[in-house]
Amino acid sequence: MRRTMMYLPGNNPNMLLKGYLFRPDGLIFDLEDAVSANQKDAARILVRNVLSSQSFGDCEVSVRINALDTEFWRDDLCAVGAAAAINRRVNGIRMPKAESKESVIALDDTLSELEDKNSLPQGHFKIFCLLESANAVWKAYDIATASRRVTGLTPGGEDLAADLRTTRSREESELDWIRKMILVAGRAAGVDVLDAAYPLIHDLEGLKKQTEGIRQLGFDGKSVLHPSQIQVIHDVFTPSATDIEKSLRIVRAAAEATKNGQGAVAVDGRLVDVPVIKRAMYLLTLAGLDAEEAVL
Amino acid sequence: MSKNILGREIPNYIEGYGAAVPYAGLNTRRPNGSGKIKLRPNQRGKNKVLKSIEDAITASGLKSGMTISFHHHLRNGDRVVNLVLDACFRMGVRDLTLFPTALFEVHEPIIEHIKNGVVRRIMGSVNGPVGRMVSSGVLPEPVVLRSHGGRPRAIMSGEAPIDVAFIAAPCADRWGNLSGLSGSSRCGSLGYAHTDALYADMVVALTDNLCSCLIAPVSIPQTHIDFLVEIPSIGDPKGIVSGSTAVTRDPLRLLIARYASRVIEASPYFKEGISFQTGAGGIPLAVTAFMKEAMIRSSVRGNIGLGGITGYFVELLKEGFLKRLLDVQSFDATAIQSLCEDPSHIEISADWYANPWNAGAAVDMLDATVLGATEIDRDFNVNVNTESDGALLHGIGGHQDTAAGASVTIIAQPLMRGRIPCATPRVHCVTTPGETIDALVTEYGVTVNPNNADLLERVRGKSDLPLVSMDELIDKASALSGRMDEIEQGDKIVAVIEWRDGSVIDIVRSRG
Repeated sequence: MRRTMMYLPGNNPNMLLKGYLFRPDGLIFDLEDAVSANQKDAARILVRNVLSSQSFGDCEVSVRINALDTEFWRDDLCAVGAAAAINRRVNGIRMPKAESKESVIALDDTLSELEDKNSLPQGHFKIFCLLESANAVWKAYDIATASRRVTGLTPGGEDLAADLRTTRSREESELDWIRKMILVAGRAAGVDVLDAAYPLIHDLEGLKKQTEGIRQLGFDGKSVLHPSQIQVIHDVFTPSATDIEKSLRIVRAAAEATKNGQGAVAVDGRLVDVPVIKRAMYLLTLAGLDAEEAVL
Repeated sequence: MSKNILGREIPNYIEGYGAAVPYAGLNTRRPNGSGKIKLRPNQRGKNKVLKSIEDAITASGLKSGMTISFHHHLRNGDRVVNLVLDACFRMGVRDLTLFPTALFEVHEPIIEHIKNGVVRRIMGSVNGPVGRMVSSGVLPEPVVLRSHGGRPRAIMSGEAPIDVAFIAAPCADRWGNLSGLSGSSRCGSLGYAHTDALYADMVVALTDNLCSCLIAPVSIPQTHIDFLVEIPSIGDPKGIVSGSTAVTRDPLRLLIARYASRVIEASPYFKEGISFQTGAGGIPLAVTAFMKEAMIRSSVRGNIGLGGITGYFVELLKEGFLKRLLDVQSFDATAIQSLCEDPSHIEISADWYANPWNAGAAVDMLDATVLGATEIDRDFNVNVNTESDGALLHGIGGHQDTAAGASVTIIAQPLMRGRIPCATPRVHCVTTPGETIDALVTEYGVTVNPNNADLLERVRGKSDLPLVSMDELIDKASALSGRMDEIEQGDKIVAVIEWRDGSVIDIVRSRG
């Protein structure tokens, strides 16, 4: 599950060490926007040491490196590689300003070298692409399919709004079509689609409303800037008791049909086909249930 | 020397304290003794109002070697303790036993009065600079630390008689009726002063708001007050309102508060009519806020909110989530105003609040309480009195009383304070025994006392409450802090920590 991926500023040791205690689904150790240029080296060392020496509960662990048009990104990757050699849970690279298929391939190549150098299996690192310009959004499908490492797409926030020659409004209506385009591209490419963070950290009602909207669109989760946002997003993504019950009936009926050699099965008077079953299993996962165990 | 039931070595006789009764369990010491309420000759026609503190000292008969008491409702804004001690110094009154309900940073001038011989002994919390000084062993007799309930018990049983009680009164009339509800130094409840007023041989009230007509309502009646002195100011309003009455915004502390609230929710006591005490301070206030959310979610309405009352508790009362507030100490302006206006918000004495030897202490009505700690150990014994360097820095407050009274007692505390771990193999000194503690909540999750198997099972069933064993927690803290040096201690006993029934739960020795 990637309902919540929380950014941890790379120069904030307290949050780096304790961010996982808030139990987001994933952590993003941020070496990019959260760190000023004169702090890049210090933050990189700190992040490397924390990643190497600490455990992070059940969280997926990724690092937002600096963009490929900066002087920092190769050093960032070296630090991440060294940490991953010690702590294999470090396996996510958040790629800012993913602009083209070529840029993703360039990163893919460097990650392959990094894996060899640190005795990590090929394909260890996954890439989460941040699409922060109109051009990137337009090429979303190409970017998502440029490498098998690409695992997720995320729209940018401020940068993207600026590139669209608008500003980010509270309702973010200017990003409506962007979200839909990325969602379609991501689904077509078979990768997760994860929404940008909601920037107004004290407006939990607004966050709830936005999260309900992106969940209905089909997004898998959302970036998080502050721990207080986690529960709100989890609550929205947590299925209702009625939905869980219905999903259990569907997966149980499907399992029974398979066992009896039946091709199709009806639940509550409706024919249940493969997509419906997959959807029901995903929903059980969101509810924290193991679909296979639920069948037993 | 003998060991009490917690394995703490307690001398049979402590110089400057007397024979020590070793702690033997929560309710094992039977009530005994009897304090006396002094009878006075007829007061008709007597003018109680005197011109100065010196006049009151003379009139009260205060002499060197006697015991004087104070309340701490004016908290860090209090001027009365320092004014009275200054007057004693000028008058050559020495070797006093100071018996406050608590002391604060503002009372730092006591250090001078220890040096010049005015103060020989302290019975009460010694915070800040006074605590550091006392910890080095400068006082000839050990400090006696008692809980908010243990103190009135000691007075009423005759163990701790008071010669003269000095009572700061934000509002008074010339007959001696006192209240904390109005005036520029208003503080709300005067709960901690009630027992002193009743049992002291002589009672002197000091006020900066002497009313010409009889005040209403009355907190402490004229029947107990011998003399009154009007002074320009008894306190600084900025220091009277507690500095610890805002909900924390620290996400980690909020996480701890949420876990604590969820533990209460998971307990069998979270049901219609629940009574609880959460206190002031960032985490407890956040627990109060989360409790309200939980009560809304579960359609539960509570009964009594107890203890130090804040605006957050008043909100629960006003919105119908609680039916009554029992207020021994009003922490903020909202609480004071509510005490003035709402008959469901009731002022109570420290005796009513927490005395284990009366016919019904309010703490015994508690279903749940949330407390802090400086240290907690493998046996869940809690220390709130000494800092990491062994110095006396905190009083007991209502810690022992609420822990003993509540059905569920939760310690909610970050695992580390700077480099100092809260979870430790053995606490430096025991304030509250582990048998009263049901769970420790830190940012790492919930550590349930294995003695409470029911709560353990209930928490185990909650996916949003991570369970951490005490051993795991201590290992984690130790890994973060590194090896902590042993506290070097001298031989001299600088403090005796009494359990609320007057038995000795632990002692503190001077810093080496």
